[in-house]
Amino acid sequence: MEQKTIYLDNNATTPMHEDVIEAVNEANTLFGNASSMHSYGREAAMAIEESRKALASLIDCDPSSIVFTSGASESNNTVFNIFRERIDLGSKRNRIVTTTIEHPSINELVKYLKNLGYHVDECPVDHSGRVDLEVMKTYLGEDVALVSVMAGNNEIGTIQPVKEIARLAHEVGAYMHSDATQAIGKIPVSMRNWDVDYLSLSGHKFYGPKGIGVLAVKAKAPHTPLIHGGHQEGGRRAGTYNTASIVGIGVAAALAERDLEEESKKLWTLREMLRKGIEERIPNVVVNGNQEYCLPGTLDVSFPHAEGESILLYLDMEGIMVSTGSACASGSLEPSYVLLASGVDIELAHGSIRFSFGRYNTEDDVAYVLEKLPPIIKRLREMSTR
Amino acid sequence: MTNFMSQWVYTPVVKDHFMNPRNTWQEEENFQADGIGEVGSLSCGDQMQVMIKVDNDTISDLRWLTYGCASAIASTSMMSEMAIGMSLHDAYHLTPDKITEALGGLPEHKFHCSVLGDKALRAAIDDYLEKAGRENPFKNSVAKTICECNGVTDMQIEDLVKRGEAKTLEQLQEITKFGTVCGKCKQQVSDLFDEFKHIYNV
Repeated sequence: MEQKTIYLDNNATTPMHEDVIEAVNEANTLFGNASSMHSYGREAAMAIEESRKALASLIDCDPSSIVFTSGASESNNTVFNIFRERIDLGSKRNRIVTTTIEHPSINELVKYLKNLGYHVDECPVDHSGRVDLEVMKTYLGEDVALVSVMAGNNEIGTIQPVKEIARLAHEVGAYMHSDATQAIGKIPVSMRNWDVDYLSLSGHKFYGPKGIGVLAVKAKAPHTPLIHGGHQEGGRRAGTYNTASIVGIGVAAALAERDLEEESKKLWTLREMLRKGIEERIPNVVVNGNQEYCLPGTLDVSFPHAEGESILLYLDMEGIMVSTGSACASGSLEPSYVLLASGVDIELAHGSIRFSFGRYNTEDDVAYVLEKLPPIIKRLREMSTR
Repeated sequence: MTNFMSQWVYTPVVKDHFMNPRNTWQEEENFQADGIGEVGSLSCGDQMQVMIKVDNDTISDLRWLTYGCASAIASTSMMSEMAIGMSLHDAYHLTPDKITEALGGLPEHKFHCSVLGDKALRAAIDDYLEKAGRENPFKNSVAKTICECNGVTDMQIEDLVKRGEAKTLEQLQEITKFGTVCGKCKQQVSDLFDEFKHIYNV
């Protein structure tokens, strides 16, 4: 009998949509360098401009704001680098404010910058992983150059009040960046409505190709390329255009925009089915994150007295793929910093499992998990110290 | 949530012991232990309890409980198979290397997990000897000299950390004078100190 496989790690990455695969395959024949003036070059350039429009429509900004990058990590690094340069050049605004639960491409970058002597503050979050606006206010002032807050958290799914934080940032004259990587295709994302100056996203989180992302930059916001070289992207990011992947992310963007409402509803239904099922069938569980402001497909649960990596591997044997915040799975002795920063007890962090749904999951998948998970937790708890 | 793909590859033996752990403690069995050892803590992400029966200075039976990852579970399970039938002397000298070797190897960052299994076993033997009111003949025989200049052993460091007498690396140095002559051992002592702090949750 063929083993069932159920992929519940869509926050880590998603499979490419069949329309995306088809478009990428076709675009692979557009080999001309999009910067060339001849017909092959123009053909590739036209395909790229189509994609740019689709991305602009998805995040509600002007197409000229879209800069294609290798992914959200590059986009995030680019934004911080812009302000690092301004600080180096002697700007009086020499402080950056972010949060304690950003993605590693910001979290680790902040550690690096702090080591170099830059002044970066990380605003703490409440027990649900959410930024409290009153607390954020205490971090803001006339010396702040940039405020960077993610839209939705990859681990616990908590959605931040980005629009409100952008207003506070602008009130003190700072620029606002939001890493919206996890939010795309799950909740409405609007640069105009949120009034953010920079926004990052990554193709592979919404059924597009890997290695392609976007940094959207508002017209009047400062910019410095992270990668210097040719004049691609209006001099904002050098490197020969990755035509096929750009076409792919464009198709994915159009699908994400078209299906947003339906997908969002479906993801929340599946997530809630699983949450309720787990709470009914397994004693002593803790659901992490904010249950009101939550990405619809993300469910993070802690199982005391069952260790995360062990749960993950037992589930994997049953064909169920998830992720964990346990230290053992991280290669360090420390469990998830996101959970710890949200005030989750360290013991609970070690036993945390993230289920993240995507467009190919069904109610049958939830039923299968609810059949396999309870005996696994029971078994691990029986062999655990008390 | 960093994953290192290459390090996820567990050997078939690890997988077998993880999926079918041997000698786990069962409540209904009513196991009467002669000695019990416990190391680690839930907040560290791994904790082990080892219960032994001793007959004629030989471990006649053993049960264990482990909270931890696949490596930790597999290591304790393998340790239990190896220890049953061993003399107290041999069991006391069972090293993590031997357990890891029997498992066919562990990813490097998982080695820590197998260190706990043999420590819990030693703690159980210590407990047995103490309860029996006997002298512990093994204590110093497994010590390894870390600081050659001042003759500081790993056991000494472990004891000082375990008893809470050395709460910081500086305190440890004050007591033992490690690393004050040639200084070559500093990194190793620092690593050991962190390891023992983690294991004994102090």
